[in-house]
Amino acid sequence: MNKVMEVSGLTKKFGNFTAVDHISFDVTEGEIFGFLGANGAGKTTAMQMLCGISMPTAGKGTVAGYDIIKQNELIKRNIGYMSQKFSLYEDLKVWENIRLFGGIYGLREKIIAEKTDALLKRLDFEQERNTLVKYLPLGWKQKLAFSVAIFHEPKIVFLDEPTGGVDPAMRRQFWEMIYEAADQGITVFVTTHYMDEAEYCNRVSIMVDGRIDALDSPAALRHQFKAGSMDEVFRQLAREAERGD
Amino acid sequence: MRILKFLIEKEFKQMFRNPLIPKMIVMYPIMVLLVFPWAVSFEIKNIRIDVVDHSKSTYSRRLTDKIAASRYFILNDIPPDYRTAMWNMEQGETDMILEIPTSFDVDLVKNRASAVGMAVNSVNGTQGLLGSNYVTQIVNDFSSELRSELTHTLPAQSRASMMRMPRINIVPQYKFNPALDYKSFMIPGFMVLLLTIICGILPALNIVMEKETGTIHQINVTPVNRIGFILAKLIPFWVVGLVVMIISVSAAYLIYGLWPAGSVVAVLFSAIVFIFSISGLGIIISNYSENMQQASFLVMFFILILILLGGMFTPVSSMPGWAQAIASINPFNYLTKTFRMLYLNGSTLADVSGNLLMLALFSVVLNGWAVVSYKKRG
Ligand SMILES: Nc1ncnc2c1ncn2[C@@H]1O[C@H](COP(=O)(O)OP(=O)(O)O)[C@@H](O)[C@H]1O
Ligand SMILES: [Mg+2]
Repeated sequence: MNKVMEVSGLTKKFGNFTAVDHISFDVTEGEIFGFLGANGAGKTTAMQMLCGISMPTAGKGTVAGYDIIKQNELIKRNIGYMSQKFSLYEDLKVWENIRLFGGIYGLREKIIAEKTDALLKRLDFEQERNTLVKYLPLGWKQKLAFSVAIFHEPKIVFLDEPTGGVDPAMRRQFWEMIYEAADQGITVFVTTHYMDEAEYCNRVSIMVDGRIDALDSPAALRHQFKAGSMDEVFRQLAREAERGD
Repeated sequence: MRILKFLIEKEFKQMFRNPLIPKMIVMYPIMVLLVFPWAVSFEIKNIRIDVVDHSKSTYSRRLTDKIAASRYFILNDIPPDYRTAMWNMEQGETDMILEIPTSFDVDLVKNRASAVGMAVNSVNGTQGLLGSNYVTQIVNDFSSELRSELTHTLPAQSRASMMRMPRINIVPQYKFNPALDYKSFMIPGFMVLLLTIICGILPALNIVMEKETGTIHQINVTPVNRIGFILAKLIPFWVVGLVVMIISVSAAYLIYGLWPAGSVVAVLFSAIVFIFSISGLGIIISNYSENMQQASFLVMFFILILILLGGMFTPVSSMPGWAQAIASINPFNYLTKTFRMLYLNGSTLADVSGNLLMLALFSVVLNGWAVVSYKKRG
């Protein structure tokens, strides 16, 4: 299988503090890759280096075939990104946000209009077309943010704790959307600290204090750590952690 | 650039949905044109003046009479020489000295421009600045009076040559604003303030808002480049700034009868050149602020410097050296000067081209800095 992402020795320091500490991994095309870790483990920081908005202190890698150091602007054309903090425009309507980001990624007016109709129908969102985003409930905002992130059909979508603060029913719906995207051939790179969600991923890496301490399929990890669940695997690893809450 | 269209569209939508900005765009010009000029109108009357008349001609006497008759001046003395006048000033008996050169009438007759030398008491800078402006107005007035007299008394064939003359130092101005007052003096300054707020400060705060809400982060992971992002931010404010400027110029005419003695096109053109430089400063402020608190602090700091060291209230010439040095790199100062020249002195675009050149230079430097300091990658 093709690798859509390959990283080795990726490091980010803030002053003396090493937020991400020589991590190496690769991600296969079409895969759902879970990027796990406690709060403060360095997930967001690592993801930002992969998306080309944070300059690595050391290490190298490629994303969607482009060098993360030198070709970061080219990477941006080929990825979608959903930030940990909701960051669509609250004072724009649902359709206006979709249109804006469609336009930013270079889609034509006509395509944007057609795809918007189809998307709203699929999400059963048509009655909210003209709602200002700030009036949507959190779960819907997250769904919209995800839909916007993959609207331009990127090669890879980066999701930073997409289900943070959302109720379990909504989280399941959200994961259904992730599967749909993966079925369309979009590689999914998702961070979470909900361990039950780890089971939904093809492979997961577990980050502790900036390092990747384990990386494999959920089944293989359970076997390796002789654990009944991913939660247990995680607790064994997190025991030595110094950071986090 | 198709992306730009989508971004500008977004900015306009947000601008009109903002709970504050549309109100500010309406309220600011009203405050600035209707309220402030009255509030700060420390109009100066009864400036004591000494006229040193070396010319002792009919013309120079008429000019002196005009000055004495004006409600702004009290003719203190007509001393025989400059030294006596200086002595009077040192004694605190007079505020201002006007020196009329020997060749004043000869120059007028010879149809050549004449220089009226002026010395201004610098103990009270505002008084000196206003006073010399009043004198300039009166001299201008006198000059156009002479011109029409001469044109009427001369046969038609020499009218063509009359068109050039007589000029006293400054191009004769239209008499739209014969009763020069402090308001007319301040309003061009307030227009500069409006442009500074709309095209400099509002975009800066707008960008920092996007940092605070995190939306700029989302834009940074897209292919939008920094120039595109900045341009999309600025263009709507440029448009609004120009609209507000046109409204202000019209309102100043309708309310105060104040119309540029020079060309109104020159006023708008200078405004545009200024807008580019001040938005560059705004972007720089936003680049160095992570949140609204930092941005507000920087905005306060720059606003104070721009205004206080911009010649709006205190004339630059009466400032200490270090302040003059700052004023010489202050865009606010150059546009205030330019607007006053265009409004009150009847200057032409050519007369203010030096100022505009400086503003253009600031635009290049500030915007270059703005683009370089905009970080898309941490
Ligand atoms: N810009 C920054 N400057 C200094 N420290 C930072 C910065 N960004 C993140 N960190 C620190 O790096 C560590 C990892 O943060 P982050 O990547 O956000 O973790 P996670 O996403 O796994 O919760 C944290 O301790 C955080 O405080
Ligand atoms: Mg995080």
